[in-house]
Amino acid sequence: MSNVKLGETPPGVEGAGFFATSLDKAVGLARANSLWPLPFATSCCGIEFMATMGSTYDLARFGAERPSFSPRQADMLLVMGTIAKKMAPVLKQVYIQMAEPRWVIAVGACASSGGIFDTYSVLQGIDEIIPVDVYVPGCPPRPEAILDGVLRLQDIVKSESLNRRNTPEYQALLEKYGIVTHNG
Amino acid sequence: MSLPITEITSNKNVFVDNDPQDELITLNLGPTHPATHGVFQNVLQIDGERIVSGVSTIGYIHRAFEKIAEHRPFYQITPLTDRLNYCSSPINNMGWHMTVEKLLRIEIPKRVQYMRVIVMELARIADHIICNGILGVDTGAFSGFLYVMQEREFIYEIFEEICGARLTTNIGRIGGFERDFNEIAFSKIEEFITRFPAVLTEFEELFVRNRIFIERTSGVAAVTPEEALSYSWSGPILRATGVDYDVRVVSPYCSYEEFDFEVPVGTNGDVYDRFLVRNEEMWQSMRIIRQALEKISKEPSGVFHADVPEFYLPPKEQVYTNMEALIYHFKIVMGEWETPQSEVYHAVEGGNGELGFYLIHDGGRTPYRLHFRRPSFINYQMFAPMSSGMLISDAIINMSSLNVIAGELDA
Amino acid sequence: MDNQSVLNRLKDKFGDQIQNPLEPHDLLTVETSAESIIDVLQFVKSDDLLQFNYLTDITAVHYPNQEKSFAVVYHVHNLYQNIRLRIKVYIDGQNPVIPTATVIWHGANWMERETYDFFGIIFEGHPDLRRILNMDDLGVFPMRKEYPLEDPNRVDKKDFYFGR
Repeated sequence: MSNVKLGETPPGVEGAGFFATSLDKAVGLARANSLWPLPFATSCCGIEFMATMGSTYDLARFGAERPSFSPRQADMLLVMGTIAKKMAPVLKQVYIQMAEPRWVIAVGACASSGGIFDTYSVLQGIDEIIPVDVYVPGCPPRPEAILDGVLRLQDIVKSESLNRRNTPEYQALLEKYGIVTHNG
Repeated sequence: MSLPITEITSNKNVFVDNDPQDELITLNLGPTHPATHGVFQNVLQIDGERIVSGVSTIGYIHRAFEKIAEHRPFYQITPLTDRLNYCSSPINNMGWHMTVEKLLRIEIPKRVQYMRVIVMELARIADHIICNGILGVDTGAFSGFLYVMQEREFIYEIFEEICGARLTTNIGRIGGFERDFNEIAFSKIEEFITRFPAVLTEFEELFVRNRIFIERTSGVAAVTPEEALSYSWSGPILRATGVDYDVRVVSPYCSYEEFDFEVPVGTNGDVYDRFLVRNEEMWQSMRIIRQALEKISKEPSGVFHADVPEFYLPPKEQVYTNMEALIYHFKIVMGEWETPQSEVYHAVEGGNGELGFYLIHDGGRTPYRLHFRRPSFINYQMFAPMSSGMLISDAIINMSSLNVIAGELDA
Repeated sequence: MDNQSVLNRLKDKFGDQIQNPLEPHDLLTVETSAESIIDVLQFVKSDDLLQFNYLTDITAVHYPNQEKSFAVVYHVHNLYQNIRLRIKVYIDGQNPVIPTATVIWHGANWMERETYDFFGIIFEGHPDLRRILNMDDLGVFPMRKEYPLEDPNRVDKKDFYFGR
């Protein structure tokens, strides 16, 4: 017997040569295993991200093979590092430019809550301006912690409904941040 | 009617031709850009592919370090200094500790100084690995970066063995180190200096005589020594222009005068020279580490901090059993120490140049004023004037070779 | 050449415009006035004996309790013989104005912009004196002692948990 552990298949009907499941499970599986990151690296956590993308910790094996600096072509926004108030409008603009589906991971203490910099010039957490899905604490978080954050995001993505962008809760969430969408 | 083509002997002259579309486009090389290594913005006016003028905007990661430092005791400022040049944080930590020791007139034992030298040179190698690797990536050569990043992971393992953290290390205390280097740390350091030369040789073979790399970088952004000194440049980029100013040699600290090493100096200050200077500095750093290991083996073992109980936190076992240690621990943590009112300036050779700490102390719990003389900040101001007349791709390579670390730029 | 000969040379040239010489931790520190600072800097740079050709840093310190509240501090360095010199200029707090050093060293440009950004000191003759690190609409000069560290407009920090 081999040591390879197969991933869990979603519940469905199996037969000779076919497998039927619900559409959102299949799409969720596809999305979760091909999350293309937008590395929004501002400071020290960005260097740990470089280490995560390197050969030892390899983020690419979880599907993040193509880091994209273009917001339209990226799925998840990895905010790594301190966001100053001067940078906040830029971050919000990048988030608005991202195409649905999109998720946000706040990597590090500074992105989650301002970190050790409780000063007049630092934004105390990016969730003051954009909605965040996963927070990865640490200063800087170890590459294993960043990978864990991406895996938690994969769990969220797998179980998300296809129609999330049109649901009233999502619209209300974006309105709370003042982000105008043209979907509904 | 075509205008005569002016001499193109350097990148400073703008190419004049009879282009009827005499329009300049404004290009925003914005704070988020894959080629700028950090968050700083350049708004460029370009004529085709050539930059006519540019304006730099920085401050997108201004975290007000100097203001924070006025509200923190000395040992709480060490994690702040980590985040200045975060690619080589041990150098910042050591520099800060040496500044405080200069203020308090603490003598450091020789073995501790050699241990500090090892840590600082490892950090310098780590910083130059990133800079040279990323310069390769910017010219399109991605593999070299991946090869040397593995060595940077090994340096992280050494730092973890010494202090517990990989990147923002917070190494050391005022007076020395918090714990001695154990055998695993020493064996890892020895392993590093045996295996890194082969990797660095491979990395050199990819770049140094590579025709494409030479064409991309040679002659780009040449700077004369007078211009560089006038703009207060320091570090490898100043040495690439021909000025041999290295803080370790000119104003030595931490027993650097006992070490035998060379300071590599370039000839015309272009990007290729800067790459070669950083490369050769990595070889010299390894030489220094070897000498330091030898010198440590000759010193009495087990000494890892100076005997200053008023400023050096006592070990926890003694705090729980010994009355004096408890009192010292309390006084140090609450900041009730007797410190002189004085001002001191101390400079170390950081990865990018002269990293200076100007500390004015009024005898209280926290510094009255602490100013960081940050090399990336001062080196970067020449970028906008320098880039007028350059092609965009040359300006990107130039920015990459200046090694601007955003944390040190904005502080 | 050592600190004493540097001081003698400065005193010979400028007399009592160079005041209060001290040597904290072996770094010669002198004071001068805003009117003579540019002459002093030009002299130390171009003099054949002094040769302080490298401008290390320009910064400022705020002393709110003194009559002249701001001290602009220049560090220069003689790279040939490794001698450093610190020159302080005390200027008035209500109207802090001092001539710019960009006429002597180009590197003073951003150093003075940073000092203006943090303290509000006007450098006369600076080609582009505007804020560099803080946001342009900040409105105050944050490193002055009366300005707090934390954001005064923050509403989500509950005083109860911080012992206030």
